[in-house]
Amino acid sequence: MSLDTYSFSGRKKQVSNKKLTWLESIYLVAIAKGMWVTLKHMFRKKVTISYPEQTRPFSPVYRGLHMLMRDDEGRERCTACGLCALSCPAEAISMTAAERKPEEKHLYREEKYASIYEINMLRCIFCGLCEEACPKQAIYLTKSKVFAKSNSTRESFIFGKEELVMPLEMAIQNSKQNQA
Amino acid sequence: MDNTILIEKSVIILVVFAITMLMAMYMTLAERKIAAWIQDRIGPNRAGKGGILQPLADGLKLFAKEEYAPDTPNKFLFVLGPTISMTIALITSAVLPWGDKLHLFGRDIILQSADINVGLLYIFAVLSVSVYGIMIGGWASNNKYSLMSAMRAASQMISYEIAMGLSIIALLLMTQTLSLREIALQQNGMNWNIFYQPLGFLIFWICSFAETNRNPFDLAECEQELIGGYHTEYSSMRMGFFLFAEYASMFVSSAILSILYLGAYNYPGMDWAVENWGVNIANVIGMLVLFIKICFFIFVYMWVRWTLPRFRYDQLMNLGWKKLIPLALFNILVTAVVILLLK
Ligand code: SF4
Ligand code: SF4
Repeated sequence: MSLDTYSFSGRKKQVSNKKLTWLESIYLVAIAKGMWVTLKHMFRKKVTISYPEQTRPFSPVYRGLHMLMRDDEGRERCTACGLCALSCPAEAISMTAAERKPEEKHLYREEKYASIYEINMLRCIFCGLCEEACPKQAIYLTKSKVFAKSNSTRESFIFGKEELVMPLEMAIQNSKQNQA
Repeated sequence: MDNTILIEKSVIILVVFAITMLMAMYMTLAERKIAAWIQDRIGPNRAGKGGILQPLADGLKLFAKEEYAPDTPNKFLFVLGPTISMTIALITSAVLPWGDKLHLFGRDIILQSADINVGLLYIFAVLSVSVYGIMIGGWASNNKYSLMSAMRAASQMISYEIAMGLSIIALLLMTQTLSLREIALQQNGMNWNIFYQPLGFLIFWICSFAETNRNPFDLAECEQELIGGYHTEYSSMRMGFFLFAEYASMFVSSAILSILYLGAYNYPGMDWAVENWGVNIANVIGMLVLFIKICFFIFVYMWVRWTLPRFRYDQLMNLGWKKLIPLALFNILVTAVVILLLK
């Protein structure tokens, strides 16, 4: 069997240029068949998702927006090691490191922290490699259904610490849950 | 007496006009819905409940658009094009019988704007003029695509009008009259012409697709090669008129089909209904029946549109001249022989 005639999908049809018979040439039979197909489609289940009211179901391993985590005491975990930025295939992450002052011990867990931490949401492909690379378990891709909202400027898609760091209330709630 | 007949006819004309317009409006919605269903979609459903206000929104949008005319020396013709299309689509309905008669205020009201004895001829005359709307519009657009589309529309209409006329001749041999009212009356009960003229009906049906410029014969406005054809240069409500005229003429041609072949307003048991329920109720049902038949044809128009691809130009001509015309002639011959034998 040659590759020309083999059908991988099982649906291959040989093209033929044979002359149509008279019955075929008035198309009526073919038209009737086609109309039957479309008629059946009218009663099929509709594939439309009425967007704002309905949303697509997400996959259970879905990766959503990033979050920079806090530990049980509410301190930021990130130590600005830059491994996430290194692992990022889209080069979406950039950061500036700073040294923690003694009076900031309750704010940052490590002695070095990220004073600026930015992810460009236009570049990010939500692959989750940053999450895997992080030695401090500081960055996670959440399952939240909040997305990078549409906007008209590119700058607005560069998410800084305001958008990324876990809100304090959430950290408080988490630690309460952990104690209970 | 004269005055009452004037009022009576005016009312009928107004009602027919209003219904044609309303139907054309809601056919746009129906088309979009049917297209959606065939493609497994839902279709417009945001304007009003289930999209019921969508035609109004569309109309409003068209009205709000800028009225733009290309730099053409034929400004007058440019406006005339859509005007003709619209006028022709509407005046065809003048001779169509929408029902037998109503008995109101002690008089018989014939449900027809004008019962002229050459009704069928009138319809053909008017339908032939309808191509001028497209031709003039395409010519005045001063755009090669529009002009090409106009030429296509003209040649297509001429080809298919012949087959259409020939298929009607076979019908005329049977009915012996050109008056649409009499043709409708002859089909009393289940005596519908389609049972005597199945081939003629088929040919007429196919030709009416071509006459209304609908898919698979919509070569005049094909998007891919002619970017919309004769209405490329039109905008705002002038374009709306073209589109509207297409739907209005679809409605009218569905009505013609139902009246000529599918027994018009007749339904089985109409005589019984007249005797037992009175003329009025029987005829109101008759009008509804006619309406249902029309809706059926309209549905098929749309169903076909979303099923079939467009014909290639040579296929179109082949089908018209080499298939339909010989078939129609054959149909005439058979009809004539059978009538002669039955005498
Ligand atoms: S999810 Fe992937 S692409 Fe996005 S920031 Fe993390 S590593 Fe980069
Ligand atoms: S998020 Fe993790 S990997 Fe990235 S800089 Fe902070 S500690 Fe390092």
